[in-house]
Amino acid sequence: MIYSYYPGCTLKDRARQLDLYARASAAALGLELKELTQWQCCGAVYPAASDDIASRLSAVRALMNTEEKKLVTMCSACHHVLKRTNFDWKQDATFRTRATNYLQPEVPYDGSVEVVHFLELLRDEIGFDELKKKVVNPLTGRKIGAFYGCLLLRPSKVLSFDDPENPTIMENFIRALGAEPVSYPYRNECCGAYVAMEDQKSAQTQVERALNSAVAAGCEELITACPLCMYNLVENATVHRLPVKYFTELLAEALGVKEA
Amino acid sequence: MDQNTRFLTETVLRISGVDPRKCMKCGKCSGTCPNYDAMEYHPHQFVSMVENGLIEQLMNSNAVYLCLGCMACVERCPRHVAPGKLVGALAQLKLRKQDGNHKGGNDIAAMADEKVPQQLLMAAMRKYRK
Ligand code: SF4
Ligand code: SF4
Ligand code: SF4
Ligand code: SF4
Repeated sequence: MIYSYYPGCTLKDRARQLDLYARASAAALGLELKELTQWQCCGAVYPAASDDIASRLSAVRALMNTEEKKLVTMCSACHHVLKRTNFDWKQDATFRTRATNYLQPEVPYDGSVEVVHFLELLRDEIGFDELKKKVVNPLTGRKIGAFYGCLLLRPSKVLSFDDPENPTIMENFIRALGAEPVSYPYRNECCGAYVAMEDQKSAQTQVERALNSAVAAGCEELITACPLCMYNLVENATVHRLPVKYFTELLAEALGVKEA
Repeated sequence: MDQNTRFLTETVLRISGVDPRKCMKCGKCSGTCPNYDAMEYHPHQFVSMVENGLIEQLMNSNAVYLCLGCMACVERCPRHVAPGKLVGALAQLKLRKQDGNHKGGNDIAAMADEKVPQQLLMAAMRKYRK
């Protein structure tokens, strides 16, 4: 199967591994991720004001440039912005009209693209049972916790990614790779987000709460899909610390393509 | 309510899509807010103070920039009031005032260390300036 792919700017730089391991894993699974020929940074935050059209235009451009039926995203934040903008396109006629008038596209976007996170693709199109069969290096004996953070799950009505209060997709993913998933209470709370830059203490408080909860539950390592969560969980850790990997690195390891 | 307060209130309700009259004052939003301790005003207060014409007081507070945008209060509000949307929209209104930027591009660059992901820089650019 061929999917259009929106990597996002962070994956071209700080979060390179998130992208490289995703590509290697996709190839091993027989999925073709075709990067959009043209895309711009999605802006990282979904705008807080419904009359803010401009901040959503780059997401609209990405949707318009999508050739396949599905647009795959890897970063939690890109996924959030693209999925919500796509939702607005279908629900909000004012937004649709204003954005179309501004962009003046040769062919107006018809709203038919589906935005999917790579984890959703693994769950819904490959299936975790099938994924398990493709594992060549089972991660036996490793106790791994998932850090979901906020952007993948909320608002759940729009993202419909997983149960926002008791998500299981990443735990099932971890189990498929042969490791032992460890659920802990703070896995779907915030890491401190962008406030980390102006008020490091806020981020440190959130991160300590999450890491304390993860360590208490028995996690020995964590996975994330978000470069900002990665930054906060590592750089703003104070008392407790855990190794943190992108979920794609874990996948590449289990599929035996990490060194390739 | 004077004219300016009324204008600000109507604008913030329109661009946030929040209806404060739906709030049943259960406090669940503030109970779940991860940055409660750092914020001068808390999510449930944002809702009641906007309703009671105290929007300027909120706009003068740094609390709007301490909201993490985590949407915990949005997801968990039993009445679908979604206070976090109000907080975010108030921050936007603040930025839209003349010279309303909270930080300039250079300030943001100065706060970044070499490990900061692009995503964080972009988010700060969006959240702190127009
Ligand atoms: S979220 Fe970040 S990395 Fe992903 S595209 Fe948007 S800004 Fe770039
Ligand atoms: S970094 Fe954490 S807070 Fe930020 S988006 Fe990712 S999940 Fe949410
Ligand atoms: S959770 Fe909702 S209903 Fe309860 S106080 Fe907060 S805004 Fe009001
Ligand atoms: S969105 Fe803001 S106000 Fe709401 S819970 Fe998160 S930090 Fe608190």
